[in-house]
Amino acid sequence: MASKPLEGLKVLDFCWVAVGPQTTKYLAEYGATVVRVESSKRPETLRNAAPFAGGIPGVNRSGYFANYNANKYGITIDMRHPRAKDLVLRIAAWADLVTENFTPGTMEDWGLGYAQLKKVNAKIVMFSTSMLGRGGPMEKQPGFGPVLSSLAGLTHITGWPDRDPVNPYGAYTDFIGPKFAVPAILAGLDYARCTGEGIHLDMSQLETSLHFTAPLMLDQAVNGRGQVRRGNRDPDGAPHGVYPCLGEERWIAIACFNDQEWQSLAGIINGSTGEGSWAEEARLTTFEGRKQAENDLERLMAGWTSGWDSLELMHTLQAAGVGAGVVNDTRDLFQDAQLTYRGHFVYLEHPEMGVYATERSEMELSLTPGSLDWPAPLLGQHTHEALTQVIGLSEEEYLSLEEDGVLE
Amino acid sequence: MPVDSPDGSGAALLLSPYRVLDLTDQRGLLCGKILADLGADVIQIEPPVGSPARALGPFYHDEAEPEKSLFWWAYAANKRGITLNIESPAGQGLLPDLVKDADFLIESFSPGYMDGLGLGYSELAGINPGLVMVSITPFGKDGPYAGYNAPDIVGAAMSGFMWLTGDSDRPPVRVSFPHFYLHGAAAGATGAMLAHTHRAITGEGQHVDVSCQQAMARTLAHAPQHWDVEGNILQRMGVYRQTSGDNLVRTSWPCKDGFINYSPGGGGAGVAASTRALLAWMDEEGLGDEFLDSVDWENLGYGQMRAEVMTRAVEPLIRFFATHTRAELVAGSMDKRILLFPVSTQEDILAHPQLEAREYFKQLEHPELGITATYPGPFIKDKDRDSQSQRMGIRRRPPLIGEHNRDIYLGDLGMSDAEMAELQAGGVI
Repeated sequence: MASKPLEGLKVLDFCWVAVGPQTTKYLAEYGATVVRVESSKRPETLRNAAPFAGGIPGVNRSGYFANYNANKYGITIDMRHPRAKDLVLRIAAWADLVTENFTPGTMEDWGLGYAQLKKVNAKIVMFSTSMLGRGGPMEKQPGFGPVLSSLAGLTHITGWPDRDPVNPYGAYTDFIGPKFAVPAILAGLDYARCTGEGIHLDMSQLETSLHFTAPLMLDQAVNGRGQVRRGNRDPDGAPHGVYPCLGEERWIAIACFNDQEWQSLAGIINGSTGEGSWAEEARLTTFEGRKQAENDLERLMAGWTSGWDSLELMHTLQAAGVGAGVVNDTRDLFQDAQLTYRGHFVYLEHPEMGVYATERSEMELSLTPGSLDWPAPLLGQHTHEALTQVIGLSEEEYLSLEEDGVLE
Repeated sequence: MPVDSPDGSGAALLLSPYRVLDLTDQRGLLCGKILADLGADVIQIEPPVGSPARALGPFYHDEAEPEKSLFWWAYAANKRGITLNIESPAGQGLLPDLVKDADFLIESFSPGYMDGLGLGYSELAGINPGLVMVSITPFGKDGPYAGYNAPDIVGAAMSGFMWLTGDSDRPPVRVSFPHFYLHGAAAGATGAMLAHTHRAITGEGQHVDVSCQQAMARTLAHAPQHWDVEGNILQRMGVYRQTSGDNLVRTSWPCKDGFINYSPGGGGAGVAASTRALLAWMDEEGLGDEFLDSVDWENLGYGQMRAEVMTRAVEPLIRFFATHTRAELVAGSMDKRILLFPVSTQEDILAHPQLEAREYFKQLEHPELGITATYPGPFIKDKDRDSQSQRMGIRRRPPLIGEHNRDIYLGDLGMSDAEMAELQAGGVI
């Protein structure tokens, strides 16, 4: 079997919370050696974030942390210790890539900015990502994805037109960034391999996220048109919404974008409710008619779907070519036939948490697939192993660092 | 038209040496856009009538014409464009000629479509064993739902995203702009570069099969882990976010002239300090709250906001926010390092001081329309280089239909004018 595509890639990883660790998780899944630096003096935020195995908090028990850090080596360094800088530069000389998502300036304050790293390793690729990018009046503005969704204009266009805007769930922009970050990092490494010259990549999560509304930004820029929340409506679809099904909080999304899809849907509605059902109303035969009657249409759809089991209705409509999908809740995801088929969740045995689920990448590489093989590290679990066996410090050097309290 | 092309000027951009054939429609355009922004020579291959993405609005001045689709502009900028009818036998004969010199091919057709044309991965790999082919589909190339019809709202539902988004007393909602395929397309760029890295070392190409459902299911933060680890199904809570079983935090708040986003809470990474700073600001203005001041924010884990504390916090915070505009709250928060942001409109974003300082937005000329349009800039920057020598960036406006046919068919494939005219007459290009 071919090796993994990133085998041999050495990563010194200072990333924390969500956007950074997810980025380096892709690298680790596809074979890179990722040495993640933490400190036991200030455990990273996600180590103390729910959910916890058995509901019992603990720095080695967070499912949030465990999901994003599989396949990585975990080491601890007290970055405020006077010997920390030399140790990190030593690791930087070993590494091909340094990743970090601190507030801009943090690495520089430690004497570990790109200029310093380059001195020990001319080909080094450094990846920095922050909320708003480096430079500019707001570079040090702290924050997390949940607030950045608002800054990026996503909250403004999510929710009902007659209600307050709501956030797209969670730290949404944290999950946009990594999919752009990994190709940029690998492009930077390719460039370094070809030219011998490194690069410092500077990613602003705001700037990246705007690519998820780029046509709307252009609409504002060239047409001066403000954007609106539409609930679940779409200018090109009718019906286009989410409707209740049998049971509590069971929902199905259904959308028709042309008359053929509507006729297929109407055929099933007629078949289930009998000849002469509301779906045969003349006003509903054209797209314009359905748009005009959209309030009625949504009410009628909801009345009809509420008698159906959501999965059965999805299968029935899809068999007729109608776009329909159940609203999976977070338990359903673990039973979803397609996600199960794709092996979306991988189960790893963790020394404190027991068996837990982590998400693998969304792609299959036919020749060099990735795999998640070992669980997220306990705090400081690999400090000795990584420093001596991976990075190549002598046992003496390691002991001296440990005695001095550098490795905390 | 802006020149500085990756192939023409010799400017060394990160992916300058590589050519991408992009056969995607609206479902996959972003994948090639990411590679193009990093400097690859991306050639968009459209049917002779133009890409179906050109039918998507909004449109420049609301004129619904193929060259005026802003969806197209947004995701085809930086690419060159040719036409080719791959459903015709002549087109099926020509694509392999293009594949010979390509490094990547990206497509977003239904699973099996390319195979049906005799242009599947195994055929194309026979022509160019180093080819990296990326397929972006709603659910992946096979499996029980692989053939399902999946418009955006269906994908957003099945990925679990909608379950968690929206007001609790109404149906789940999506973002009012389609994101399902954007997640998959962006992941396609990740897959392309993973496969490329292997090829750079071994010369071996491969097929990358991306599932948009999985890509969007990976956006749910810790919600799936709540089920796996603690057996809790998190719920959508509108302006609130349920961070764990009985913990929740409000994220969206009204103020004097609009909305702001602020999450009170504790934990590291400046959250407790942010909360303290806001409470101090409230105290300064005589709108403080003794109970909130007494909460031990410093020892509260991230997201560990008990419902009763949150409920108690709402009234004093709303009272304070109501006395200030968005601009006042944002300015004060920057000084005091409070984690508070405006709920920005697209208009606000165009004037954002940080984006302005970083020269984010790019002007691209559309000479055919006699205008210059403001585009979102590159998604990543070259920190060490000035703005003139960035090794990535936005360089050219999106291609007109068939704009680069001559460059590619005559220049690269060495066709004669007569041969090209024949293909045109036959509706192949």
